Amino acid sequence: MKPAPLSSQFEVNGKPVKVTLSPRTTLADCLRHELRLTGTHIGCEHGVCGACTVIVNGEAVRSCLMLAVQAEGAKVTTVEGLSRDDDLTPLQAAFRKHGALQCGFCTPGMITTAHALLSEEPDCDAARVREVLSGNLCRCTGYIPIVEAVLEARAAYRKSKG
Amino acid sequence: MRTVNSFIGSPVQRVEDLRFLRGRGQYIDDLVRPNQLNAAILRSSVAHGRIRSIDTKAASAIPGVQRVITAKDIGPKVPTIVIRLQPLPQLEPFQQPVIAHDKVRYVGEPLAVVLAESFAIAEDALEHIAVDIEPLPAVADRAASASNKSLLFEAHGTNLAITYDVVLGNADQAFKDAPYTRREKFRVDRHAAVPMEPRGLLAEWDAAKGKLTVNGAAKVAFFNRRILAGQIGLPEDSIDMIENDVGGGFGARGEFYPEDFLIPFAARLVGRPVKWTEDRRENLLSLQHARDAECDIEIACKADGTILGLRGHTVTDMGAYVRTNGLVGPRNMVQFMNGPYHIPNIKLQSHLQFSNKTPSGTYRGPGRYETDFFRERLFDLVARDLNLDRVEFRRRNLIAKEQMPYHCPSIAPYPQVTEYDSGDYASAFARCLKEFDWAKKAELQGKLIDGRYHGIAVGCFIEGGAAGPKETAKFVIEADGSFTLSVGSSAIGQGLETVFAQIAADALEVPLDKVRVFHGSTNLLREGFGSYHSRAVVMGGSAILSTAETLRAEMRKTAAQRFGCAASDVTIAEDRVTGPAGKSMKFAELAGLSADGEFANHHHTYAYGTHAGHVAVDARTGHVELVDYVAVEDVGRIMNPLTLKGQVIGAVVQGLGGTFLENFVYDENGQLLAGSFADYLLPTASDFPVIRSFLMEEQPSPINPLGAKGAGEGGIIPVGGVIANAVASALSSLDVQPRGLPLSPSRLWDLIQAARQHASRAAE
Amino acid sequence: MKLPSFEYAAPTTIAEAVALLAERGGEAKAIAGGQSLMPILAFRLAAPTLLVDLRKIPGLDKITIGKDGVRLGAKTRWRDIQDDARLKTAHPLLVAAISHVAHYQIRNRGTVGGSLAHADPAAEMPGIAVTCDAEITIVGKSGTRSQPAAKFLTGALSTSLKPDELITEVRLPPWPQGRRWGFEEFARRRGDFAMAGVAVFYDHDEHGRAKDPHIGVIGAASHARRIPAAEAALNGRAVDETTILAAAEAAAAGVDPSDDIHASAAYRRALVATLVERALKRAAA
Repeated sequence: MKPAPLSSQFEVNGKPVKVTLSPRTTLADCLRHELRLTGTHIGCEHGVCGACTVIVNGEAVRSCLMLAVQAEGAKVTTVEGLSRDDDLTPLQAAFRKHGALQCGFCTPGMITTAHALLSEEPDCDAARVREVLSGNLCRCTGYIPIVEAVLEARAAYRKSKG
Repeated sequence: MRTVNSFIGSPVQRVEDLRFLRGRGQYIDDLVRPNQLNAAILRSSVAHGRIRSIDTKAASAIPGVQRVITAKDIGPKVPTIVIRLQPLPQLEPFQQPVIAHDKVRYVGEPLAVVLAESFAIAEDALEHIAVDIEPLPAVADRAASASNKSLLFEAHGTNLAITYDVVLGNADQAFKDAPYTRREKFRVDRHAAVPMEPRGLLAEWDAAKGKLTVNGAAKVAFFNRRILAGQIGLPEDSIDMIENDVGGGFGARGEFYPEDFLIPFAARLVGRPVKWTEDRRENLLSLQHARDAECDIEIACKADGTILGLRGHTVTDMGAYVRTNGLVGPRNMVQFMNGPYHIPNIKLQSHLQFSNKTPSGTYRGPGRYETDFFRERLFDLVARDLNLDRVEFRRRNLIAKEQMPYHCPSIAPYPQVTEYDSGDYASAFARCLKEFDWAKKAELQGKLIDGRYHGIAVGCFIEGGAAGPKETAKFVIEADGSFTLSVGSSAIGQGLETVFAQIAADALEVPLDKVRVFHGSTNLLREGFGSYHSRAVVMGGSAILSTAETLRAEMRKTAAQRFGCAASDVTIAEDRVTGPAGKSMKFAELAGLSADGEFANHHHTYAYGTHAGHVAVDARTGHVELVDYVAVEDVGRIMNPLTLKGQVIGAVVQGLGGTFLENFVYDENGQLLAGSFADYLLPTASDFPVIRSFLMEEQPSPINPLGAKGAGEGGIIPVGGVIANAVASALSSLDVQPRGLPLSPSRLWDLIQAARQHASRAAE
Repeated sequence: MKLPSFEYAAPTTIAEAVALLAERGGEAKAIAGGQSLMPILAFRLAAPTLLVDLRKIPGLDKITIGKDGVRLGAKTRWRDIQDDARLKTAHPLLVAAISHVAHYQIRNRGTVGGSLAHADPAAEMPGIAVTCDAEITIVGKSGTRSQPAAKFLTGALSTSLKPDELITEVRLPPWPQGRRWGFEEFARRRGDFAMAGVAVFYDHDEHGRAKDPHIGVIGAASHARRIPAAEAALNGRAVDETTILAAAEAAAAGVDPSDDIHASAAYRRALVATLVERALKRAAA
């Protein structure tokens, strides 16, 4: 079957987008191939690895488990939207300082997930950080430097909240 | 080398991070070409059988499908994939064909390639290809393989690919005279690299120029180009293999796979760019597997624990074909079973058996992870028998510093010999025990505290690195006065661009940000040798040193001509060359100057160390908590402690994955049951929160100018042995003796039940 | 693992959704959070021709707490349960169980209705629903019906839902203050499906003995169920060490798990006993 393409309008990294896609297109594929925002990565396509994590209406979600059309009217933020050209953000700088990435493939998902967590819970403790990040697989770092980085980044999120 | 700079040894933050953190990496699936076709591979769902027919008519008729390729399109002689490391002519019949044509030998073996306007359509089309395979009995494990009831290669007459022999001294004599011997069997199940990025390729054929460009290369691009050129009938310099950002390798990605022929072949056939990426299900099924070995070994000792001899054999399940590096693990398993310990008499055989499973190859610490588990488990059992402290038993048998370089046993049928280059194993051992606080923790051994049994263990290891024959580098001075460094080494996430920039900046005596590193691709240099066997720092780094020296000589010579002075009167620093009488020239004025160099070497380096672990076991659920873990390694010379520590911790966690969680379980029909991340379990952030890494550089390597040793794999090697011994120590009151990995809760519980039943029967 | 082709509709009322499902005669599937359905589609284990997205239908995501208990709209997400402070006292067992569901990102999308409709044998929500005698409200082309959870779940990944039907609400009976409860789950890694999980609760009679105990298990059978034999071992007795062990033993005998690649049946059986024991010890403490 070849169902008619559907149009959807939503916001990505603060900019309005309109896409017309076959309904079976996932949000992950829409971001990567239609919008050419290739920072969001696909590691499994069955909702386990977390590399595809983006933020939808303030909440971290697995973009491989969402259809692009389901983002209708939503505000979507990807790793590109959490980055600046001139400098690294405090969260990114903390990752770099602690060696919290090696091959970089899981990193965008770690950044978006950590950002979502710290935005809501800037006082989270190590156990909470580990619990939240347990939905993001990494094969290179062994996680310990990532947890250290997220804990260090809390200070920046506390400042902006308080 | 002077020490104006000292970037080497500094925890320099990585330059790669600036793009990775922003989502600006360029991995293969991020690339796109106008007019590209997307490929999907039809893979066999039958483990063993004869192909009767493949009907692609219905698939080809689907709108959006351009072409369906099968063996017929490739020709009467389907190319096979050569063995890259340690090849032997008698193993050529077992090389994998780039596409199945007469038989299929494993679930996942490529049968056809669909080219379509989108990946989704290509995948849709796979379901419409009708494959008729006459099934043959599947060889599902080592026992079935050895029985030879069903043969993978009928003409060979057996499922045994080859047997390796390691002989040192006279083991049979040593055993005859020994006051104590113990014989044991151990087993490590199947697991593998599983990098986070699945594989992909993008191939383009420019018919006008006769040029084939393949993006998605990794690890050993130059070697793969040679293989592809031979298979596809093109001269090597008509092919460019381009390395982009790579999402982890661990020994598995980057070797030559069937797709590395099929995708370029397809691009040439249809005259459009062809892009292919695998999904995770395919990745688990197709990227080479590893481990899956058992041993039957015997040790002989004096009463005081001095080891007299080691003999026995190992059997490895290789899967369906001999891969490019499929021989490495089974070879290491017997050649290095002694590890860092002195064993004067050795007689070991390594049998390589075929099965109808995914073909195996290297994964971090190939053969070494398995053999350390075998050996260290045996050691703890021996220490208990002889009533010796486990620490003392090891200390007594560690190779002494004075014995360096230590001659390793050779392995037939290979003529090469190797020796441990340098090492003070006792020092790393002592450091580990101190950091772990062994003396204090020893009080907890076997105790039941708050419902859990506590146990500790220690294990020593060596890791081999720096495989030859050589590596290449090239410097070019750019118009802006910066230095472009091209190296034949490949990046797989290990921070090459930063570490090599550190080495280069120190060697050139210029600021770090003046050096930009390019790596891996075949269009950078005339030849290159890639990253494996933890060779990049030693081989690539040393090539950088020699090339830097050549470049500096060129810079001085050129400046001297322009200044009218002697070359020895020219100094190089910061951003300029300076001569006498205040004459100077910025580097930019030397733009275009270049130097090529290489480092050739046939000696291996041996980093080494000791790990210790503390576990708490819930005997009712079989859950094991890793309470503390200390990893100590002496790497000769530390290039960047930040990146090295990251490598160690990452490797330890991979080892813990293989020890507790990861298992490619197959059923009796050769069907992979752990075919997704729901069933193939990787460690997560909440599983192993306590791992402490300590780096040493007391014993530089004498075989390269950096004094460095390959150090990417040590973290994984001793983990299985240490953990299993710690669990045994915890459950010593129940006499539970793990003999297989992974140690899942269910399996540990089984061992505990069996031990309890055994004990109660004995009591009756 | 690209998804197979399908048409897509996002109706704005329940009636519209039911009509779309009915029209396709079994070839349509409802989707809410998609955390269970999307992987199934990705593996091409199902190929519906139409997805009926419930996202535009209002009023299905409320949590109402009243005299008849806790009503969870079918689109209530795990996150919503965790965020609702009232539930800590209104239904602590529910909150405890939901903290084990999957992972952070999944809890932002996954729904109560989706989990019940999917009916994974190791999922927490069906376990809580069965243990607590929940009532499930279902709307289809023949109208609205209500069914106890124990009857709703019919087997592994199967329920009484007809192709045209949607879950709209789950009602958990009122939870009295002073009720004793415990929830124990064991998985290989945090957030994995349970190898086994146990939910227990009981009230006290005038002599301080267990009254009307409920003991439910997940992961050890084709679907979540209560274990009557274990409940009987507890009922009317003081909840002490002896009774707890008896209930645990009865629980192990009362389940019939199967082998899989992660655990043997014998292991799961013993695990159920261990978890019942630990849950009851927690409840009694």
